[in-house]
Order: sequence, then structure tokens, then C-alpha cells
Amino acid sequence: MASGVAADVVFRARGLTRTYLMGEVEVHALAGVDLDLVRSELLVLLGPSGSGKSTLLNILGGLDVPTAGEVVYRDHVLTTADDRALTRYRREHVGFVFQFYNLIPSLTARENVALVTEIAADPMTPEEALGLVGLAARLDHFPAQLSGGEQQRVAIARAIAKRPDVLLCDEPTGALDSVTGVLVLEAIDRVNRELGTTTVVITHNVVVAAMADRVITLADGRITSVRPNATRRPPRDLEW
Amino acid sequence: MVGMVRALDRKLLRDLWRLKGQALAIGAVMAVGLAMFVAYFSTFTSLQRTQERYYERHRFADVFASVKRAPLSLATRLAAIPGVAQVDVRVVADVTLDLPGQPAPATGRLVSVPVPRAPMLNDLFLRRGRWMDVGRPDEVLASEAFALANGLGPGSTIPALINGRRRHLQVVGIALSPEYVYTVRPGEVIIDDRRFGVLWMGRQALGAAFDMEGGFNDVVLALSPGASEPAVIGHVDVVLRPYGGFGAIPRRLQMSNWSLTNELAQLRGFGMLVPLIFLVVAAFLLNVVLSRIVSVQREQIAALKALGYSRLELGWHYAKWSLVVGVGASVAGVAGGAWMGRGIIAMYNDFFRFPELLYRMPAGVALAGLAISLVASVGGAMGAVHRAVRLPPAEAMRPEPPAMFTRSLVERVGLAHVLGPAARMVVRNLERQPVRSATSVLGVACSAALLVLGLFFLDAITEMLRVQFDLVQRQDVTVTFVEPRGDAAVHELRRLPGVLDVEATRTVQVRLHVAQRSRQLLITGLVDTPRLQRVVDIGGRVMALPPAGLVLSRSLAEALGVEAGGSVTVEVLEGRRRTVRVPVTAIVDEYLGLSAYMRLEALRTLLREGRLVSGAHLLIDAREEAALYRRLEAMPAVAGVSSTHAMVENFVRQMDETMGVMIGFNVLFASIIAFGVVYNAARLSLSERGRDLASLRVLGYTRVEISTMLLGELAVVVVLAIPVGLVIGYGLAALVIGLFETEMYRFPVAVAPRTYAAAAVVTMGAALVSGLVVRRQLDHLDLVGVLKTRE
Ligand SMILES: Nc1ncnc2c1ncn2[C@@H]1O[C@H](COP(=O)(O)OP(=O)(O)OP(=O)(O)O)[C@@H](O)[C@H]1O
Ligand SMILES: [Mg+2]
Repeated sequence: MASGVAADVVFRARGLTRTYLMGEVEVHALAGVDLDLVRSELLVLLGPSGSGKSTLLNILGGLDVPTAGEVVYRDHVLTTADDRALTRYRREHVGFVFQFYNLIPSLTARENVALVTEIAADPMTPEEALGLVGLAARLDHFPAQLSGGEQQRVAIARAIAKRPDVLLCDEPTGALDSVTGVLVLEAIDRVNRELGTTTVVITHNVVVAAMADRVITLADGRITSVRPNATRRPPRDLEW
Repeated sequence: MVGMVRALDRKLLRDLWRLKGQALAIGAVMAVGLAMFVAYFSTFTSLQRTQERYYERHRFADVFASVKRAPLSLATRLAAIPGVAQVDVRVVADVTLDLPGQPAPATGRLVSVPVPRAPMLNDLFLRRGRWMDVGRPDEVLASEAFALANGLGPGSTIPALINGRRRHLQVVGIALSPEYVYTVRPGEVIIDDRRFGVLWMGRQALGAAFDMEGGFNDVVLALSPGASEPAVIGHVDVVLRPYGGFGAIPRRLQMSNWSLTNELAQLRGFGMLVPLIFLVVAAFLLNVVLSRIVSVQREQIAALKALGYSRLELGWHYAKWSLVVGVGASVAGVAGGAWMGRGIIAMYNDFFRFPELLYRMPAGVALAGLAISLVASVGGAMGAVHRAVRLPPAEAMRPEPPAMFTRSLVERVGLAHVLGPAARMVVRNLERQPVRSATSVLGVACSAALLVLGLFFLDAITEMLRVQFDLVQRQDVTVTFVEPRGDAAVHELRRLPGVLDVEATRTVQVRLHVAQRSRQLLITGLVDTPRLQRVVDIGGRVMALPPAGLVLSRSLAEALGVEAGGSVTVEVLEGRRRTVRVPVTAIVDEYLGLSAYMRLEALRTLLREGRLVSGAHLLIDAREEAALYRRLEAMPAVAGVSSTHAMVENFVRQMDETMGVMIGFNVLFASIIAFGVVYNAARLSLSERGRDLASLRVLGYTRVEISTMLLGELAVVVVLAIPVGLVIGYGLAALVIGLFETEMYRFPVAVAPRTYAAAAVVTMGAALVSGLVVRRQLDHLDLVGVLKTRE
């Protein structure tokens, strides 16, 4: 898969740099990242804390723009797009799982998912999406009534419910035990396989890397290794 | 799909519900501003409509003139003046009425009307009873206000002294005239319906009583469309001059109409400014609240943007929040305004006499109210919404960075040791967000300022009364003679029972001209160093009249466009009717009316007359008051007697009735605002600090300790805000007073300490109540819930 033809390249990133100016100090969150992502690929991003993983994911998802460099998604040049184009891009193509869930506290689980399904072209129902992450019984609970892991699963249901072309997950299993973690990863895996969704998963859990087509490691804002997996292990075989 | 309501709208509804207290508070502030706008404007339009219709239907005249005595044949000459459509000549005379149970005698203005009834200008509206019958000379119609104030009706009898003869006038009906919508006793500015009334009497009867069978002393004219009013007035004056014409005046300057016009102008000015202030405050509050909601929800906004919601959708989402408040406020405001408007109209009904003073709420005013409230709410929300949609979505991916704290100023200057940890947190919090703290202070200050604005009218009136009656008009009684008399008459008065001091005056009817402008009024001639009636400016400084020249009140000088050092042409409307140019030697700032003063001697020189007086001011012994009035009434030379005491009492009663209503509304509304502002400030800091405070509770702080931190902040804000608010309040008072100024009267910008104190106390009370409400919410802080989710 990693050697797919050029037509299958979904994302092409070149020379991505992102610096933050914190007073006198310049923080280089990304310092020259080149990356191609192909259709239906499942990529796992590893790297120590502060290495720039979330920054890269945000740029791919159209939430942030790099200080320098270029990102192209199919025929959209994300780096020159204006706010309106980026909004459309996110709305039509991207599913997000945030590192901090970011559920709307005043909406129930079902309503949080509905936020996305209401503006998507071909969504699942919120019930279906929540069923996929094992929360069919908690539809009408507010975030404050859910555990951290349950909130994270609502966030995942919200991301996959629109059947996105691109699924970007920032530590989707960070707060989960291994049984639930597997459940969540299976949902991601299923969306990736069945819908051909190009998927990026950030994780600190090296075990998770086994389910990927490719594993990329970041350190200090640079890619330090790209490692294709010969075979993808199904999430249910993972254990930690 | 989740039901019919979109998820984002559900969020809206739940946010609104969660913040219902704040939404209600802002809505109330806005509703209050709107209610005032709607009330004043609907009252204004109702009054204006009523006035227009009344004038039209009852053919209110265009030009008014009086004359000493002119032959009836002159009517044809007047009618022949180009531009004159109709002429009605009449007999008008002021007489003394001897109503039982009244300490000071009342004045009745007798106005002749045709009997049997025939069409006329200033046609009457007969409220009750019937027209006079032919051959019954004592039958009269009484003006409604006078009848109501004195309990008169058809069948009542009014003892009157007419041309020296005692007559018993029979009231056969109650009537109203467009000429007397607002009736004041001649020479006074304040309505006194008990002591001044209009009585309409048959032409023959009145003519006979004053030897005017073949003549008239008053004329009203209607102009044909397109006629030149100044030209007609000029003509009328020429025709009447040989017969002692007092100078014609246009409708604009006719007393009743002039007062009504002034009142309408005031209502319109007031109807604009005060609600505007309230609405600005409401918009400001809305902005503060929404920006804080937005800043609390920044991560939600970022997440929604990340999920693909556009700026427009999110902008609309937050704008709707304020629109809901705005729409709610405008419904309440328009309804409340209509209710208030009815109240105000009812009050005007006691003041201005119309056949029917109907209250109507014009659709335009209601719609304008709605539009204003929507603009205010959207305008108020704009900045906050703009900030909301501008948030970069990547923010959603990061928790809010811990705020930057520094050691506070108070600590830096070395006061740290006097502050406990709670106080230190309060101070740091306030200093950390100077803009936010300043807006809180400003918001609370505004409410204190509005309280000052609402209350200070009482002080202004009190101060005006003090200057007017303690310093200017110190006489107890003012006596006017039928004709100017030799000053021996003054000595005669001195011998009456209870008279302690007497001061002669000479007042003379004049018209003052400066270029194209003119005003008709009395010049008051005063003795060289008056003890009773003096010329005093609004600062309470007694002014010595210069030996020569005129001293004009500022409002008269402004009406004429003349300054000290200039000169006016005095057209004397009595006696030899000289026209003389007289220098204006000084201008005096006064509260009441248009006045012109001269030294008695200078005035006599101007009039080329001897030692004549037209009236006198008396200081009396209150115990002999009744006896004195009896003697005065019996004197044929005395035309009128007015009591300062009765005037003040009447004025205070009137102000209590009218101003009382307005001040009541103002204070009620200002209190609502005070509560709204302070409650919002408290609630907002609770929602912003809820997490911190919950964390502190988890760490083992007690409820009292965290309440102290939160409410300490509120207390500091309120303490800082009150002085600021009092200063702003004074400024607003000065602004509003400017609008209240008319030719008729102006008010001093006087704010008494008790007003400042009341404003401070109400603000602190509102703070206390808000503090208690928030305190209760703090006690029920859901520790786990707050810590678990990030808002
Ligand atoms: N808005 C910002 N302002 C300043 N610095 C930032 C900002 N966002 C990220 N950084 C810095 O950029 C670097 C990369 O951050 P990023 O969030 O991408 O790391 P990460 O690899 O996702 O780490 P983690 O595994 O802890 O989530 C960090 O040093 C971080 O402090
Ligand atoms: Mg991260």
C-alpha cells in the first residue's frame, strides 16, 4: 500500500514548519516535515510528548496552518485555503477525535454526535455511531454523567458518524482500559477498512502501532522513522 | 436525527436556560429602557394627535389680541385684513370669585360666548349640562378643571364680584375650550385649578356687566390658508392701536398652546435621552455577558469549528442568544411601555384639559421599540460574537494555558503582609484582568448613575423652590390693582390688619422686540432695594438693579437673542403706548419664566408717568390672614390677591403628582438595572471561577473561604464603582436638565447628599442580594461535576 501510485496520494505535505513565539523563545513544534498519505491507509504517529504530533494532525485536519511548507489534500491546497474553504474541507471530509474530547457539555451523547450528523452528507444515525463504540445504552447522558473513557468514546462516535474520508484521532485510547480500548480501535479499524477512510492515529501506546499500515515516529518536530508493517494486526489481537 | 430541534439549537436552549438568571437580568434592563422609550413616545404621539384633532375640530384661532375697549364696528375692519378668514370679537374680564372654604380669593376669567349657541372660533366642548338660556344673565359654563377642583357642577352657584357688584353666577354646564387646555392664573406659571378658572358667559350679559354692549376688548382671528401671520399681526396691531390694543400674538405664543408645545418638546427630549441611556447600558451589559460566555466557551467554539461549523453558523448561534433576550425584552418593554404610557396620559389628563385624551400606541412606536431592542442586542453582542468566530480551531486541541499571574500592585508596594491568602487572590484576580475588572466597575457605576439620575429631580425641584420662594418671592401676598394708582394706595395697604411690610410694584404690559424676534410680557418695576420681591440668580446671589436699563432673565434674553450691553425695543401696551429703545444692563439666571426687571423710578421715567403703582407685595402675620383677605376682597381697587404659600403648596402637590410618577418609574427601573448589573457580574465570576473554586474546595478550603474570595471581588468592584457612578450620575443629571429647559422654566443641577446616599445604598443592596444568591449557588457547587468536564 505504501507504494501506491501517485493518484492514490491523499495528502502531500512538504517542508512543514510550525513555530510558536512564546515571548523571546521560539518553539519549533514542527521543523520540516515531508509526508505522503495514500488512500485508505491507516497511519500511526508515535513520539514523545511535545514532539509535534498534535500539531501535525491539526495541520492535516485544516485546524491550523503551518508557518512554512505546503499541504495538499487531493486537489485542495490547504495551506493557501481561506477560513471558509477550510471549514468546508473539515465539514465534508474530516472526522476528528480530539486529545481532550471536546464534547459540548450542554448536549447529551446523542446530541453531541448529532452535531456532526446534521451537517454531513451521508451520515450514520447517532444511535448507530454510538452503538459502534458500545454506548448504545448511554444515549441521553450528558458528558458530566459519563466517565472519561466514555466521553472519549462519544468523541470517537462523533468522528466516525459522518463516514469521513479522513479520520484523525489524537490519542483515542489514552483514557481507556485495554478492553474498551480495543473496542474503540476496532471501530476505527472498521471504518478504515469498510469505507476506505484514510486514518491517522496518534498514540503513546507502542502496541497500537501493530494495527497500522505504516508507523511514523516524530521527535523534536521531525520525522525520525517511517516503518511500514508487513501485516496489520486486527485490534482484537492487541493487548496491553 | 434528534427530534425536530437541531443539536446546536438545543445547546442554545440549554445555555439560555442555564444562564436564565443573567438573561433575565439583561432582558429586564433592556425592557426597562424600551418601556421608557415606548411610554414617552406613545404619550407624545397621543398628546400630539389629541391636540391636533382638538384644535381642528374646535377651530382653535390663529391670532389672539386684546384691547382696552374697541367699538363693535371695528370687527368689519379686522375681517377685511387680507389673510383673515374669520374674526370673533369678545369680552374677556378677570373677576374675583368668592368660593366658600377658600382662604385666598380665586380668580375667574369671564369669556363671552354667543347665546343662543352659534358657531365660533375656540368652540367649546360641552362636557355636561346645557348652554346658557337667553334672558338669564347669571348663567355660566365653568371650565372643567376649575369645576372638578372646586366640586362644581350644573346647579352650583359661584359668588362673584363683577365690576364692583356682587353676583351669584349659576353654573349650567361644564365646558372645555382649545384656548384653555392649560390654564394658569395671569402672571403665574403654575396651574392652580382651585384658584383660577374660566367661566363662559353670554355675550349680552357680560357686555352689560362691563359696559361693553357696543364694544369688545378681545379678539381672536382665524387665518385663511397661506396667509402671512406676521403681516396679519401687524395689521391687527395697526387697527387696534388707537383703542388700546395690547398687541396681537400668534397661536404659537398663546399661553395654553405654548405650555402644551413646551411640554411636548420636553416629552420628546426626555423620551429620547433617558431610554437611550438605559439601552446603551443594556447593550453594554449584553456585550460584557456574551463576551464572557464566549470566553468560557472558547474550547466548545473551537471544537464546533473543527467539526465543520462555519463562522456564519457559529456567529448566528451566539447572536441568537442575544436576539432571544432582545425579543423577550422588546415584548416586555412594549407591553410595559403601553402600561406606563397609560399612566402618564392619565397624569396629563389632570394637567391638560382635552375633551378626551386618548391613549394610543402607534404601530410605528412599537416597531421602533422592537427595532431598537434588536439593534441594541445585536450591537451589544457583535464584538463578542466576532471574537467567538475568530477563535482558531486549533485552540480546541489544547487546554487553556494557565493564566499569567504576577504579584499584584498591592503586594508590590509592600502590603502583602496585611492581606490574607483570600484577599491576595481577590486582588490578583482583579489586577490580572484589568479590562474585565474595569467593565464590571463601569457596569455597576452605570446603575448607581441611573439611580442618581432617577432621584435628583426631587433635589432640583427643592432647590428651585428654595431659591424662588426663600430668596426671590419672599412676600406672603401679592396684590394687583385694577388700574395703576397713586402710591398712596400702598400706604392704605400698610394699615390693613396683619400687614407687616409692604412694597410697591409697577408692572406693565409690553412687547419686547429685538430684530425679528419679540415676546409679550410684563416688565416688573421694583423699589431700589427690595426686601420682598428681589432679583436673585440661581446661585442665590441677590442682584442690585442698576439705576437705568432692563435686567432680563436668561431665558428671555435667549428667546430674544440679546445680551447684556445690547438693547431692546420696548413697545408699551398700556397708557401712552410709547415705543422706546432701552439698554439691557444685565442678564440674570433664573429658574422660572420670562421676566424683565427695572427700577421703579426708571420704569416710571420710561412710561412718562408719575408715582403710580400697579400692585404691592405684602409680608403678613399668618394669624390675621383670613381677616386680611376679607378686607382685600372688599376693596374695589383690588383686582387680584395671590398667596405665595398657596402657590408653593399647589406647586408641590402638582409636582408630587406628576414628578412622583416619573421618579417612581425611574427609581424602580434604576434599581432593576442595579440588580441586573451586579447580579451579572457576580454570576459571571462564578462561572469563570467555578473550576478554580471547586478545586480549592477539593483541596480542603471551606465554603466560607471560597465565598470570601468570590464575593470579595464583587465587594471591591462595588466599592470602586459607587464613587465613579455618582460622578457619572451628576453628569447625566446635568445633561438631562439641559433637555428639560424650556422658556417656561428650568431646573438647577442640584444633587443633594441624600440622593447620592440613596444611590449608594440601593447599589449596595443590589450587590448584597446578588451576593447572597451567588453564595447559595456556591454552596451547591457540584465539585465532581465541575472538575470532570471542561466548559
Ligand atoms: N499554541 C501554542 N503555543 C505555544 N506553543 C505551542 C502551542 N501549541 C503547541 N505548542 C508547542 O509545540 C510543541 C508541540 O506540541 P504538540 O501539541 O504538537 O505536541 P504533542 O506531540 O502532541 O505532545 P503530547 O503527546 O504531549 O500531546 C510543544 O512543545 C508545545 O509546547
Ligand atoms: Mg498532543
